[in-house]
Amino acid sequence: MSEATRPSGVREPLPTFAGTPPFPEAAKAALADAQLRRNLRRATTTIRTKRASAIAERDDWEELRLAGAAIKDDVLARLPELLVELEANVTAAGGTVHWARDAAEANAIVASIVHDHGATEVVKVKSMVTQEIELNDALAREGIVAWETDLAELIVQLGHDLPSHILVPAIHRNRREVRQIFVEEMAKAGRPAPADLSDDPRALAEAARLHLREKFLRAKVAISGANFAVAETGTVVIVESEGNGRMCLTLPDTLITVMGIEKLVPTWRDLEVFLQLLPRSSTAERMNPYTSMWTGVTPGDGPQAFHLVLLDNGRVDTLSDPVGRQALRCIKCSACLNVCPVYERIGGHAYGSPYPGPIGAILTPQLRGIARHAVDEQTASLPYASSLCGACFEVCPVRIDIPEVLVHLRAQVVRQHGWRARTLTEEAAMMGALGVVFGSSRRLDAAERLAGLGGRLFGHRGRIGRLRLPGLLGAWFRGRDLRVPARTSFRRWWSGQGRTRR
Amino acid sequence: MRVALFITCFNDLLFPEVGQAVVRLLRRLGHEVEFPAGQTCCGQIQFNTGYRDACVPLVRRFAETFAGFDAVVTPSPSCAAMVRHHHATVAREAGDPRLPAAVAEVAPRVHDLTEFLVDVLGVTDVGARFPHTVAFHPTCHSVRLLGIGDRPQRLLTAVEGLTLVDMPGADECCGFGGTFAVKNVDTSVAMGADKVAAIRSTGAEVLTSADTSCLMHLGGLLSRGRASVRVMHLAQILAGDDR
Repeated sequence: MSEATRPSGVREPLPTFAGTPPFPEAAKAALADAQLRRNLRRATTTIRTKRASAIAERDDWEELRLAGAAIKDDVLARLPELLVELEANVTAAGGTVHWARDAAEANAIVASIVHDHGATEVVKVKSMVTQEIELNDALAREGIVAWETDLAELIVQLGHDLPSHILVPAIHRNRREVRQIFVEEMAKAGRPAPADLSDDPRALAEAARLHLREKFLRAKVAISGANFAVAETGTVVIVESEGNGRMCLTLPDTLITVMGIEKLVPTWRDLEVFLQLLPRSSTAERMNPYTSMWTGVTPGDGPQAFHLVLLDNGRVDTLSDPVGRQALRCIKCSACLNVCPVYERIGGHAYGSPYPGPIGAILTPQLRGIARHAVDEQTASLPYASSLCGACFEVCPVRIDIPEVLVHLRAQVVRQHGWRARTLTEEAAMMGALGVVFGSSRRLDAAERLAGLGGRLFGHRGRIGRLRLPGLLGAWFRGRDLRVPARTSFRRWWSGQGRTRR
Repeated sequence: MRVALFITCFNDLLFPEVGQAVVRLLRRLGHEVEFPAGQTCCGQIQFNTGYRDACVPLVRRFAETFAGFDAVVTPSPSCAAMVRHHHATVAREAGDPRLPAAVAEVAPRVHDLTEFLVDVLGVTDVGARFPHTVAFHPTCHSVRLLGIGDRPQRLLTAVEGLTLVDMPGADECCGFGGTFAVKNVDTSVAMGADKVAAIRSTGAEVLTSADTSCLMHLGGLLSRGRASVRVMHLAQILAGDDR
């Protein structure tokens, strides 16, 4: 890849999630970063509290959640006909609809549209789906520079970093780190940061505005994702907070929207439910500052060419699983990340995908085809990246039972890897042994007596301390002691004195 | 009313005093319990780790062992939730035409101890005395999966002499999570360490909970940290145990 295809001064290749180790290993590295843990704890606890009070204002919240889930289930059940309806209405309004089976097809379609318009740079609205298909990297290979214009995405891009949160991709950075990135990197990508830039949030936002403004005014092509698309009219909807999206959606001549096929709603009336659910769940606002809606093209007003790329990329496979498909209801609000005790301590990078947290743990393996074939070790570790505490399900605005799907996907991992895979061998053997022991109360009694004996050998003052053992059993003792198994199990006690003692 | 005790494999092996406390408590309230000897494990470890096939014989054994009782009481909301919510799933997948019906017969009669006391027996004051400050850990499965609400707190506040302290971040997971505790050991211990700090910040003498599994994890962390906080199952406090 030639240097000319990059923002000047950006020399290293764009970072990707490829090569992320399995979750336990990636998490261990993240846990060692004390600054990261402080940044995350501060950010997640703040937004968690704000969300809770925004939800508490509504006494019909549960009804809204039920409605949101029902509408999305209806969409998933009628997806083919609704997509065709959307295509017809977008086309009738002057737009062009493209269908992409996977990331490579979608990236090729976008690159060829940009080339057709003779552009070598694009401005981007914050979008999860273009992160999913690694569009920026694909465009760079085609000689096209993609500028992120969302403040947090800009921080991530300038910092040669990866997003770690759905809503706040730079949540792992604090303002001192952001200032540092702006001072060091803005000049290489365009207008430099002011010489006296402080780490005051207002000053940082102003520096970003000035830096981005010249890109907004220069760009001929914009790329967006979609929060929703209304099938009955062919209208695409973007909700945002900063106004950068509105700039991208109105200033350039050409607009390309990449959209996962699950983002549909049938009618405008359905949209009403989600425009209430999303802001409160996401930013803890009653209403987000900017809601942009457009239907094809309007002569003389806004982009004069509109392309809609409809993306599958594993969604049809996900749809084929009756339990797992509820993940496609997701409206990418990130409430589940903010309440997740695992995410709070690890952050997003360890999930090895732009979709982190609880939703990522169920969405990524499915988009990578777990319903059809065995997945790699990193992907297989994701459904286990949860203590199954259920806080995610409690806050999900479309009632995705994330713990249910996690456990369902774990069963798929075990079925696919069975006794073969290296990481599952010891675990599978233990499960087999438990099966033998729990298969008869007499064998359980014998095992309990053996454990009681073991406890007397290894225990000291009623506890087993730092026991050096390999594997899963040894893992317990890495941070914790264990109560010694009882000398007399409950069932022994019962069969002796317990049954009759008063 | 014929009442069976489902002790759970954890309590049977590691914490028999919890089962003994349940028996003593229920006898004091005038109810005799039976202990069906065929019982082993509810299959939650296997189910939650993805070993669905291994659950089938355990679900069948549970349904057979506890058939015919009016109520099955267990000192574990997590295991109660496994039976009430997930045994039906296992039975449906098992391909045994009789199993779903057998599960449907038994599962709704399974109660966590606090549900049994408050809902079935209609008691909140069990006549216990425990003159200590107590921090209560509301376990995730008891609140979010089984929905036992504030039953444990109602039972605890009725105990004579007991002072229940507020714990910061009480509704956050302690990091146990079954095999999560060993498969993601570093994350589990990090979550537990924060919970332990919250417990210690309350100055409570005793940590209690409705489930032994979280207590085993937190107790192990407290013990490793040489903390003087005593760890007791709710049943032991309600039975009036005071070492």
